[in-house]
Amino acid sequence: MNHAKIEKNVGLLGVLTAIVISVGGLVEIVPLYFSSQVTDPAPGVVPYTALQLEGRDVYLREGCYNCHSQMIRPLRAETERYGHYSVAGESVYDHPFQFGSKRTGPDIARVGGRYSDEWHRAHLNNPRDVVPESNMPGFPWLATAKIDSDLTAKKMSALRTVGVPYTDADIAGAKAAVEGRTEQEALIDYLQHLGLASKGWKN
Amino acid sequence: MSGFWNLWIAGLVTLNIAFLVWLLFVTANKKKSDQDAGPETTGHTWDGDLKEYNNPLPRWWLGIFYGSIAFAIIYLVIYPGFGSFAGTAGWSQVGQWSAQKADADAIVTREFKRFEGKSVAELSTDPAAIKVAKNLFAANCAMCHGSDAHGGKGYPNLTSPNLTWGRTADDIVATISNGRMGAMPSWQAVLGEQGVVQVANYVYSLSGRAAPDAAAAAAGKEKFATICSACHGPDGKGNKALGAPNLTDEYWIYGSSLDTIKETVTNGRTNRMPAWLDTLGEQKVKLLAAYVYSLAPPPAEAPAPAAAEPTPPGT
Repeated sequence: MNHAKIEKNVGLLGVLTAIVISVGGLVEIVPLYFSSQVTDPAPGVVPYTALQLEGRDVYLREGCYNCHSQMIRPLRAETERYGHYSVAGESVYDHPFQFGSKRTGPDIARVGGRYSDEWHRAHLNNPRDVVPESNMPGFPWLATAKIDSDLTAKKMSALRTVGVPYTDADIAGAKAAVEGRTEQEALIDYLQHLGLASKGWKN
Repeated sequence: MSGFWNLWIAGLVTLNIAFLVWLLFVTANKKKSDQDAGPETTGHTWDGDLKEYNNPLPRWWLGIFYGSIAFAIIYLVIYPGFGSFAGTAGWSQVGQWSAQKADADAIVTREFKRFEGKSVAELSTDPAAIKVAKNLFAANCAMCHGSDAHGGKGYPNLTSPNLTWGRTADDIVATISNGRMGAMPSWQAVLGEQGVVQVANYVYSLSGRAAPDAAAAAAGKEKFATICSACHGPDGKGNKALGAPNLTDEYWIYGSSLDTIKETVTNGRTNRMPAWLDTLGEQKVKLLAAYVYSLAPPPAEAPAPAAAEPTPPGT
């Protein structure tokens, strides 16, 4: 084909460009949608409870992912420090997933159960109370801010449309489950659940 | 991966490589005769007479393209990437991780051999063991108990001779391995505001201090005997089976001021030490226990470590 023809025909140029750049995606991304390793939950992974889901939304809103990853790579130094490496099936109920890309703070994919709730409360209010050298900002307002319980059920049914298996009973009970709870409680509930599923895994 | 997606990936990769080879081939090798007749132009003309040469790529540049294709083919033969073909090297991420881990585990096993068969009490006096344990403590325990093990509000001071859950080697190993759950109920409803003040004054006096309000303390003594002694003991020395702190010493988990004691009696306290056995494994738990054990004189009720068996030198 004479490339004068391509250069003078924007529509043709666009179509051909799209074909060329889509090859990588067709090879690397599309097959994953059909791979059970990616679409099925890993053993022990269940959807978030209403309170954990609200905690996760606080996590997103406050931008925790900017400094904390939830992605333990299969490198010995990482598994030694954090625990079992992350697998795709852990993120099937995460929309969007929280792998993160930068660690100013540590990875927190396995933080559940590592510290007491009391520790998390102190740490979120003022991290330096428990870790003197920490440069994490404090999030004291979470201790008093109440969750908007009217939205929880809506969030859950939205997630159901993208494949999270919430039952009608889950959604009906959502408001009561988070009513009157603070954002800090929700966030701690979310953090304390991270990585619990991996505890039973053997390699 | 299913057969279809295997073919899908392998087919697209093959087509892609074939297309690139073809493209290089037709653009690089055309019209040798044309080149003899002078440089070809693209056929574009700007401003009346400006033309664009269409020379073949320099050979070294072309070589890089062909080299990249050769690299891709060799890579796909050796490493996974061509559909579900695993590659001749048998490499996998998890395989690499397992090999790294096996190497490191071998070193750890070798290094930890010298601690094998030694009791917590013996390890607590072994400088090599304490050196390793201090690093483990800094990495895993210092977040709550502090880098000097002195704890903080809500986190016990591990240098105390009376740990709430016990200071024997077995107690410490159990605490680190399985964690502890401490729960003191709220006594506000039972004692009432005045009762709380009385009991708090009495508790204040238990550690050898003069109660701010002696009359209240005297009244509190009776209430302590009927209510608090169930867990803290009639003399306030605590009960390690229940995790009830000793109230007669100078070590306080939440603070020793009258206000803090009032707060504790009024609202109760709930706290948890996480379990570490799954994360750390038995060997490291034992070393950490030895470090904690070394922080205070051994408890009186524990039999002194048997000195009869001398350990061979160099172990």
